[in-house]
Amino acid sequence: MNHRAIRAIYLFEMARTWRTLLQSIVSPVVSTSLYFVVFGAAIGSRISQVEGVSYGTFIVPGLIMLSVLTQSIANASFGIYFPKFTGTIYEILSAPISYFEIVLGYVGAAATKSIILGLIILATAGLFVPLHIHHPVWMLAFLVLTAVTFSLFGFIIGIWADGFEKLQMIPMLVVTPLTFLGGSFYSIDMLPPTWRTVALLNPVVYLISGFRWSFYEIADVSVAVSIGMTTAFLVICLAAIWWIFRTGYRLKN
Amino acid sequence: MSSIISVANLSKTYGSGFKALKNVNLEIRRGEIFALLGPNGAGKTTLISIICGIANPSEGRVLVGGEDIQSSYRKARSLIGLVPQELHTDAFESVWATVSFSRGLFGKPKNPAHIEKVLKDLSLWDKKDNKIITLSGGMKRRVMIAKALSHEPQILFLDEPTAGVDVELRKGMWEVVRTLQQSGVTIILTTHYIEEAEEMADRVGVINKGEIVLVEDKTTLMQKLGKKRLTLHLQGKLAALPDSLAQYELDLCDSGATLVYDYDTKGDRTGITSLLSDLRTAGIRFNDLDTTQSSLEDIFVDLVRTS
Repeated sequence: MNHRAIRAIYLFEMARTWRTLLQSIVSPVVSTSLYFVVFGAAIGSRISQVEGVSYGTFIVPGLIMLSVLTQSIANASFGIYFPKFTGTIYEILSAPISYFEIVLGYVGAAATKSIILGLIILATAGLFVPLHIHHPVWMLAFLVLTAVTFSLFGFIIGIWADGFEKLQMIPMLVVTPLTFLGGSFYSIDMLPPTWRTVALLNPVVYLISGFRWSFYEIADVSVAVSIGMTTAFLVICLAAIWWIFRTGYRLKN
Repeated sequence: MSSIISVANLSKTYGSGFKALKNVNLEIRRGEIFALLGPNGAGKTTLISIICGIANPSEGRVLVGGEDIQSSYRKARSLIGLVPQELHTDAFESVWATVSFSRGLFGKPKNPAHIEKVLKDLSLWDKKDNKIITLSGGMKRRVMIAKALSHEPQILFLDEPTAGVDVELRKGMWEVVRTLQQSGVTIILTTHYIEEAEEMADRVGVINKGEIVLVEDKTTLMQKLGKKRLTLHLQGKLAALPDSLAQYELDLCDSGATLVYDYDTKGDRTGITSLLSDLRTAGIRFNDLDTTQSSLEDIFVDLVRTS
């Protein structure tokens, strides 16, 4: 294992975060605060409680997930796309480093960033609403699992994209709608039965549901199903990355 | 001398069906400077990319320091430093950070003294804290060389190292390359500046349309293929050549003031003695004469045209 190389990539990527602190950390925190103001205060004052929890408190896990999902994808996809775009990828490809180590460096850094971000948003939320986390270990586990899984997904997008437009396309057109429709701001039990069935096809529902359970012990679907679905998505991403490196797809041809 | 790189039956066909390399066989000797010459699109960069692990080969095998580049890629790649043709840099990183990053990437422990030496050798020391985006093209090129040298490679690939570099800097770079060779590093360079190969290389390989056309010691190559030119500066201008000199295929230049005779150094007889004797018989006298050896460039152009 070339641990120095993993460290080099990881620290390089983290250094990029500190250089772009405003974009990486401050901007998601500001937008989350806005969600609290709009949804929590303005709309929440008209919705008394959801499943025994005040609306402002109810949306906290969803909001964290929203940021973690989008930021994981954005960080990881940009992290690997940018060296492809500037050409500096030559050095990564010519280094004595395995594919697994490359992924560990890039995805590790992207996931670290979004976990930090998730915790900052959690702390920010604590300023607006009272919070009590029933299962902190599970909460962290869900956070890490989601950050890693979606960083892997972002890594795949970054490899696949051959232009900035494609880099934005999946996050904008697929992930954001799935997240908004995945129960960030509501319990899917509030949907009419037909839409509830449709919503269950949305993988993000399982993430948010499991994450919310770790906070308040309320869930749209069972926790085991949540963990199973997230792990399944993780395995699919790993398989895709294994295939990418095996064939050299968009990297070595 | 033992081979440090051994390329056997290497072929590369791109997805588009373009055959960039066709059954290439090549041995690079330990410690030499090898110049790979070829016109644009000949396959130079593809060959280097495969050896360094950036592109996958379609067929064939490459050994670097006796290690297979695919099954034993860690050992093979850690021997190689690569300076690619294009200036690919992390614009917002400092020189020091980017060079240190390369060392880490190649699995070497931190060694600030070595990085300092590399930067000083390449006259980059006073720029170590500058962001790469603020550097000139020539400096960026040297940063790329510093990155390649950061992990103390045994083999250095320089793909068009002096493209876009001014004359003075180019000579400085040649110095660096020579010093590296003295320290035991094997250097493979591709270049468009034939004078660079002529100046630097121990051996020359010519690649054209994905095939190695020739590999030869530079001096042998120049002797073997080199032609010489004898120029005679005449005392008086000639209107036309006398028939007695027709067999020599002379060119009358400068409105009849100089005679030019090309001859082959490979031949047993160059024809110079009889030419001079026949000139004397014809009553043609000259003030001065000089001979010039054809350059590697002439040889190269000839080879590429005929292959």
